[in-house]
Amino acid sequence: MSQFKFWNDVNSLLTMEGPVKGPIPRWQKKKGSDTSSNSSLNNSSKLRSLSTSALNSTKTPTKGNENNDYQKNKTPRKTPLKTPSKKSKTPTPNKGSKTPSGDRFIPSRSASNFDLAHYKLTHDEDESDSPTRQELQRVMFENLHGGDVSSQRILSYKNKAPSAPEGFQNPMRVIYTQTKTPASVKSSTRYIPQAPDRILDAPDIVDDYYLNLMDWGGNNILAAALGAHVYLWNAGTVELWDCSRSKRLRIMEGHSARVGSLSWNSYILSSGCRSGQILHHDVRQRDHRVATLSGHSQEVCGLKWSTDGKYLASGGNDNVLNIWQVVNGGHYSQTTPLHTFTAHQAAVKALAWCPWQPHVLASGGGTADRHIRFWNCNTGSCVNAIDTKSQVCALLWSLNYKELVSGHGFANNELIIWKYPSMTKVAELTGHTARVLHLAMSPDGTTILSAGADETLRLWKCFTKNTTKTKDNEKVKSKPSALKQCIR
Amino acid sequence: MTTAAQKSKSAITLKGSAQIVCDYLNYGINSILFQRGLYPPESFKSEENYGLTILMSTDNKIKEFLSTTLEQLKGWLVDRSVNKVALVITNVKTLEVMERWDFLVEYEGDSKTEDQTSEKPLKQIKNEIRDVLKQIACSVAYLPLLDCLCSFDIQIYTKKDVDLPSEWTEAEPANIKDAQSVRMRSFSTNIHKMDTVVTYKNYN
Repeated sequence: MSQFKFWNDVNSLLTMEGPVKGPIPRWQKKKGSDTSSNSSLNNSSKLRSLSTSALNSTKTPTKGNENNDYQKNKTPRKTPLKTPSKKSKTPTPNKGSKTPSGDRFIPSRSASNFDLAHYKLTHDEDESDSPTRQELQRVMFENLHGGDVSSQRILSYKNKAPSAPEGFQNPMRVIYTQTKTPASVKSSTRYIPQAPDRILDAPDIVDDYYLNLMDWGGNNILAAALGAHVYLWNAGTVELWDCSRSKRLRIMEGHSARVGSLSWNSYILSSGCRSGQILHHDVRQRDHRVATLSGHSQEVCGLKWSTDGKYLASGGNDNVLNIWQVVNGGHYSQTTPLHTFTAHQAAVKALAWCPWQPHVLASGGGTADRHIRFWNCNTGSCVNAIDTKSQVCALLWSLNYKELVSGHGFANNELIIWKYPSMTKVAELTGHTARVLHLAMSPDGTTILSAGADETLRLWKCFTKNTTKTKDNEKVKSKPSALKQCIR
Repeated sequence: MTTAAQKSKSAITLKGSAQIVCDYLNYGINSILFQRGLYPPESFKSEENYGLTILMSTDNKIKEFLSTTLEQLKGWLVDRSVNKVALVITNVKTLEVMERWDFLVEYEGDSKTEDQTSEKPLKQIKNEIRDVLKQIACSVAYLPLLDCLCSFDIQIYTKKDVDLPSEWTEAEPANIKDAQSVRMRSFSTNIHKMDTVVTYKNYN
């Protein structure tokens, strides 16, 4: 009988009209308990109303009190009840006290250890000792550790090395997170537009750190290599120059692998190759090869003649930066490097010579390095080094200001303008959606062109000259300092 | 006679080869400790070798630990009783193995002769080592961030008949769940050949 009562109870819960989703209103419970004639039930119904109103999570105390009875009713009805079953969990004990349960077998859940039972069911004890299993384990171990287990010992020294101090955070975090590095507090005196002046489409630009695919000539024509073509762009008109059909002046051979970098010094064209060799070509002569430099063991990806033509800087994938001195009376360099710098921890691609101090070189390293370093090539010393927290793909000095701009990869794919020599950030120009591969400057020094791996070329008007007094002062200031450098 | 003398002058002995391997391990392990950010970068000082700038720990306890371990290893390398050296990086709090660098040792040439020598030019060996060290430095580009306080240990896999020196203990093999491995280049002195493999937790 009581089972039917229970069913009715459940049905009334299920078919209840109106939005009764939460606990049953107190008056209804009261009514329900009134219908039951047993006085002892009143007691437990109170308990029910308490626990239902106090949310379902309070089922534990009831469970502990009348566990067995509660299980009896719950088990067979588990599936049809679904959500209301949660509500009916609590009412069950009072009904259960009357339920005759002798007609079927109902296991007592509380008395059985399910974890142990599951383990016993799924785990065959004999299996772990079986010879085939042992054999399998041995073979697995041999494959994993490269040697027989039984004939091998693993030894370690007892006095372990200390771990890092408490509270220490992995500094490599910067490579993995996109947090911005703190900018300098000092605000710039001039306005630098944060958005690019113009965006050019550059389909098929090769996303290769080791190549140099873009430049801006003195005649204000911009050249970019896209795929197998060279595109020239001149203020609005794009001329397509197919390498095979346009007038080619000459082909100079000599390299065994791809040529990733070029640099001019008067009539000498220097070229850096994947093989690590650098060749000097005299473009006037039939026998154009003047000298071969073998200072790198891997691809030469950065190559720049200094502004005064006295030094050639070359950076390679072997993380080496070489400085070559020019041959007396010539425009090509000696075949042994004047300085060899190994401070960079990654490939050195970004190279730029200071326009106002011709012996100062800025160099930037790849992902594992992330530093911009400044070198005095007269003395061969590292003047300054700054961690940029990101791969340095390109570097350029401003002609108009004592600043330099660097192009970066992950995480922000941005251009950063730095004040020199304090190396405080003047501006961060974001916009590229992939790493900034190359940088070039317009002949008047006002506009920066950046080529990104996102197949766009962006023009940034960040070094616009202002003809106010402050600028003239700066020029005057810069002059004597350059003189001083010459005397020294 | 003169040629024989010259030969022995440029040749690398068994002990010398073990020294080269230990030197590589010293620089390699220090480089890993720095590149993986286990210790504060301020506690490292740059040192030049193999035509590279390598950052070496200045912590006296780490230096002592490495020198004792490698000194012991050198003896075992001469005896040909080492199979593998493992640098195990574990989470200090959960003791979970985060990363393991295996340096697998193989022995080349005739094993019987005590005065085994190698004619391989030292410069070539150093170049090979340099390439491996460069790969180690570049590994930060793909290895997952060790975003917890970590410590390291060195386990040496030896032959069964090796005597346990004092202050040494047997260790459990360090296995990594859902691991992924990357094999670096190898180098060889023509006496010892060393392979470097990094195994790390794959989060994907």
